[in-house]
Amino acid sequence: MNVSMKRNIDLSVKIGTLKLKNPVMTASGTFGYGDEYSEFVDIHKLGAVVVKGLSLKPKEGNPPPRIVETPSGMLNAIGLQNIGIDAFVKRKLPYLREVRAKVIANFFGDSVGEYVQAAEKLSAADGIHALEMNISCPNKQEGWIVFGTDPRVAYEVVSAVRKATTLPLIVKLSPNVTDIAAMARTAEDAGADALSLINTLTGMAIDIRNGKPKLANTVGGLSGPAIRPVAVRMVYECYRKVKIPIIGMGGILSADDVIEFMLAGAAAVAVGTGNFINPRITMDILGELKIYMKSQGIHAVSRLTGGAHC
Amino acid sequence: MLSVNKGNDPLLKRPFSIHQFCNGDIKILYRVVGKGTEILSNCSEGSTLEALGPLGNKFPAPSKKKRIILVAGGMGVAPLFYLAEKLKKRGPVFFYGARTADEVLLVSGLRSLGIIPTISTDDGSLGKKGNIISVLNKSMLQGPESCENLILYACGPEPMLRALSRLSNKLNIPCNVSVEQHMACGIGTCLGCIVKTHKGHKRVCREGPVFRSDDIVWD
Repeated sequence: MNVSMKRNIDLSVKIGTLKLKNPVMTASGTFGYGDEYSEFVDIHKLGAVVVKGLSLKPKEGNPPPRIVETPSGMLNAIGLQNIGIDAFVKRKLPYLREVRAKVIANFFGDSVGEYVQAAEKLSAADGIHALEMNISCPNKQEGWIVFGTDPRVAYEVVSAVRKATTLPLIVKLSPNVTDIAAMARTAEDAGADALSLINTLTGMAIDIRNGKPKLANTVGGLSGPAIRPVAVRMVYECYRKVKIPIIGMGGILSADDVIEFMLAGAAAVAVGTGNFINPRITMDILGELKIYMKSQGIHAVSRLTGGAHC
Repeated sequence: MLSVNKGNDPLLKRPFSIHQFCNGDIKILYRVVGKGTEILSNCSEGSTLEALGPLGNKFPAPSKKKRIILVAGGMGVAPLFYLAEKLKKRGPVFFYGARTADEVLLVSGLRSLGIIPTISTDDGSLGKKGNIISVLNKSMLQGPESCENLILYACGPEPMLRALSRLSNKLNIPCNVSVEQHMACGIGTCLGCIVKTHKGHKRVCREGPVFRSDDIVWD
């Protein structure tokens, strides 16, 4: 037996100053606030739990139908339904603290001011280890431009939030742009500590029997294995252009998919739609990942990051 | 919820109601309507499928004094047959609407429970012609005394449930409906399967699938 086989495997990764015991996180909006999965998953075994996107006030979301299945994927138009930051801190965060979860709070706002206030509130709460800002929603105060699709607006909101928090700040980028690397650089310049790539791709499906869109909201976000090649390409492209770490996501269903994202340049990954298909998927993936590392004689999983760029 | 295959297409599990439960076996009754049920119908005996459940709530038990009316529309007969079996000693009245005679199932099964269903079909090929809610209204719910001490349980297509809800509200009869919605996770996290209620959005997979019909906001 060679030396590397004798050593224990090391799954830990670093996202800037944030240390995770392993690279497997949950993607926002697919894991609730964690407690819903407690009968399937040992929450503390996850690299981190990224909770359902939060806003200052509770949000009711869109009317149904909100989801539709598409080839190897699904479209959703939930409309960012959430219980609001106050209720999250009061009712959900104590559980996550109790199970010693690494908590990343995803949040969004309708204006720069709302983003800043949300970041301040979340930073003041006990038990949140990092913030992830969703910039794929429109600025309702200024012409409904989607923050994450206009570099000027994206810079403004990210730099404003940067000043409002000392927690590690992750910016989740929208893939619905012409040049994802330019948006990644914008977020980095504005002070982001890490990037999440990618949010859902805008799509739609039409019912040919009645000629109408299948979603009540007409359009929705496409997720699942259908988008994985797009996500891997975007991670690969951004890895070359930014220095900050990247969290890769988009249709991850197995350890092979995790490795693919890491080779493309991801320092960690998030499992999203996969949680809906199999509620234990994150635990299964961690098991598979350990087996892969042992079989390949890989000691530290972090060594995989960017491996495809050599 | 059942996963009909191991691959990525279809991706999501399919939600089904429980049709029967006996000797540790769960029976599911379904009609082939799409890719998922098509694959399911081609599964051979002894195939292994991944299942998650039971999920959500159940029909609330009727109080002792109540006379029970069960209303099934189309495949809504699947869970209502199970309910009829559980309540057979109470002599429930069964109304059953379908599009055509071919789509009327389980009549002999209901008979063996001692229940003779009142049937209607859209094309009149079996039972009365027309929708089952107006048949129910005309045959049972004329005059205030006839509506006393009744309780309704229903499962079927949304237009039927909406019409039943309107009727039960008017006549002040408690009514429990089992509703359907597109579903992804089944455990309350994706928020895909919501129904609009007077107390905000509720998840069909978690707070449902059975709701008081007067709690639901019928658009």
